[in-house]
Amino acid sequence: MKATRHTIVALVENKPGVLNRIVSKWRQRGFNIESLAVGHSEVPGLSRMTFVLGGPASDVEQVTKQLYKVVDIVKISDLPEDEIVTRELALMKVNASDQNRGAIIEIVDIFHGEIVDASPETVVVEITGTEDKIDAAFEMLRPHGIREMARTGRVAVTRGHAISAVEEEGAAGHRYRPAGQGKPRVGSLL
Amino acid sequence: MQMTGAQIIMECLVREGVDLVFGIPGGSTLPFYDTFQHYPQVRHILVKHEQSAAHAADAYARVTGKVGVCCATSGPGATNLVTGIANAWMDSVPMVAITGQVVTWLIGRDGFQEADITGISLPITKANWLVLGAEDMAQTMREAFHIARSGRPGPVLIDVPRDVFIQEAEFEYPETVDLPGFKPTLEGHPAQIKKAAQLIAEAERPLILAGHGVRISKAYDELRELAETAQIPVITTLLGISSFPGSHPLCMGMPGMHGMYWNNIAINEADLLIALGMRFDDRVTGALKEFAPHARVIHVDIDPAEIGKNVRPTVPIVGDLKRVLAALNPHVKAKSHDPWLAHLRQLREEHPSIDIPENDDLLPQYVIKKIYELSGGKGYVVTDVGQHQMWAAQYYWSDTPNGFISPGGLGPMGFGVPAAMGVQFAHPKELVWAICGDGGFQMTMQELSVMVEHEIPVKIAIVNNSYLGMVRQWQTMFYGDRRFATREFSPDYVKLAEAFGMAGLRVTDKAQVEGTILRALAHPGPVLIDFQVEPEECVYPMVPPGAALSQTLERPQPAARPAASREEVTARR
Repeated sequence: MKATRHTIVALVENKPGVLNRIVSKWRQRGFNIESLAVGHSEVPGLSRMTFVLGGPASDVEQVTKQLYKVVDIVKISDLPEDEIVTRELALMKVNASDQNRGAIIEIVDIFHGEIVDASPETVVVEITGTEDKIDAAFEMLRPHGIREMARTGRVAVTRGHAISAVEEEGAAGHRYRPAGQGKPRVGSLL
Repeated sequence: MQMTGAQIIMECLVREGVDLVFGIPGGSTLPFYDTFQHYPQVRHILVKHEQSAAHAADAYARVTGKVGVCCATSGPGATNLVTGIANAWMDSVPMVAITGQVVTWLIGRDGFQEADITGISLPITKANWLVLGAEDMAQTMREAFHIARSGRPGPVLIDVPRDVFIQEAEFEYPETVDLPGFKPTLEGHPAQIKKAAQLIAEAERPLILAGHGVRISKAYDELRELAETAQIPVITTLLGISSFPGSHPLCMGMPGMHGMYWNNIAINEADLLIALGMRFDDRVTGALKEFAPHARVIHVDIDPAEIGKNVRPTVPIVGDLKRVLAALNPHVKAKSHDPWLAHLRQLREEHPSIDIPENDDLLPQYVIKKIYELSGGKGYVVTDVGQHQMWAAQYYWSDTPNGFISPGGLGPMGFGVPAAMGVQFAHPKELVWAICGDGGFQMTMQELSVMVEHEIPVKIAIVNNSYLGMVRQWQTMFYGDRRFATREFSPDYVKLAEAFGMAGLRVTDKAQVEGTILRALAHPGPVLIDFQVEPEECVYPMVPPGAALSQTLERPQPAARPAASREEVTARR
């Protein structure tokens, strides 16, 4: 089975322990989480978690189904790579003196990034984009000496009118539906 | 060299000096057990329940200072270990638990006998691993033993899928371990040590609180030197008992909820507490706000997270106790605290917490005191959990370094029998007492058959009061004496012992106590004694839950409790 990259989006009740349950399931199955981003969603009280992990497609689907049973997970889906818009933000603290600051600014311009802080010895660069773009910027800046880098991890939404968020009836109906009713909507959210 | 995962585990066990493994095999661990025949230097003891395997390995580790090893199969085998692992976690005992797991392709698919034991054991292990390839095995084993025994010791768990036991990989034993996130501090900070010496020099009413850490780091001599040089009385916590000789004139016994009255008052009056390898457990401190109100505190512990957790120290020192004390002692000047010591002696005389009433009742305290006297304070004493545990802590002033084994933090009933077995396996020639209640004994009594099988001469004393005594005591004291679900039915323990093939003795009268203990001591094999003691006894002194040490309750005067007639006692049974 070929390992592929997956973007899993979970809408969860904003409560302690939910992240632990999800992560614990990935751990049990030996998936390594490449990135994880958590923040508020468009619905008050619901958090949106975006995981990027590698693993065979069938396994990921099966674990996603198991996670769908977690009471505090309102919705979870594996978003297909070609139907989503993804972004990540990186902050890099780069060595910058009078000699090379100009060169750094030039690189940052190429990547449509921004200098968000400067000191006599360093600048802090902000780059937003896909992982590839951030990797490329990192490679270009590396010769100048990168002291620190912080990346947010991928966030993603689907293209066009399809939504990966909560549907009207879904939000209310999911948690208390009688056993056996309502089939798992994993992978069928689009 | 190519080896299977199971062989690699064995090779690592041999290199770690493991000579004894407690466990029960099962479907997932069959390939592992298949390799034992090629490694006769690693002895396997088949116990009757995995909880006992963990408790036995735990006790074995406590008395040898080595890492205890237990193993169990996947699913129920692994979950049965959990209580024992949690106990080792709470009491800082180095232990490696090896569990089988279903084959890798069934993990997470609810395979037969599958349980997510790495998930389950996460909060009660220092680290755990699910080994997904034999090539990771050697490194994992090496790290596991290193983590279990280094710094503040504790249990770790290695979960091995059945196919990984069989998988082959190149075996090379890693000589070193490099864990950037795990670098325990061993040497105390020199400036802090000097400050501590300064506080000791200034103190007029100092006390040492010696905990389990003294025993773990084997700082017996260093502790004794400190106490004797500066003439500081030594209070031993429950797990600190046997860190300092019980017969030493400076030994004060246990503090806290069921500690000596004089200790609780002394802590209340002290101007300096030297806390060594102890963690200010709530059973020691009582109400924290009113704990040691006049004392400055020197707190030495190897775990930085213990510093300031419950009590804020004046001088914190992080480090290995043996090394810290060795560095501290040269700075400590000889002193005498005669007024303070005289005051404490007077307290002891005025409030003799552990005097036993002189009557004809077969009192549990009397039984334990006699065991202590007739054993000469020597040998190993293992307790279970409950009233008898507190009485053992009060009356067995052990002189054997590391000789008092009691499950303090978790308090799991059922510890006594398997733990005594583990101690006796470690020290086959030494005297080992298991002091149990009738409740805890019945939780793991199946292990008697292992004692008989391996001719393990443990002396078991059941302090049988026909109650879950400690719970009954709380019902009596705090629930209007409404007794529910605490009357304990017992089998005929003498017949039970005989059924297992060991000697069984019964004591129903005070006059029989000495003779029976002497008979048990003279018997070469395992013995069980059923001491049918006065059932209404309560443990005193007692600090009511939530109260301050200064509010320690002493034993009510005899008139407060109508003496039960022998008929009544018999009727209550």
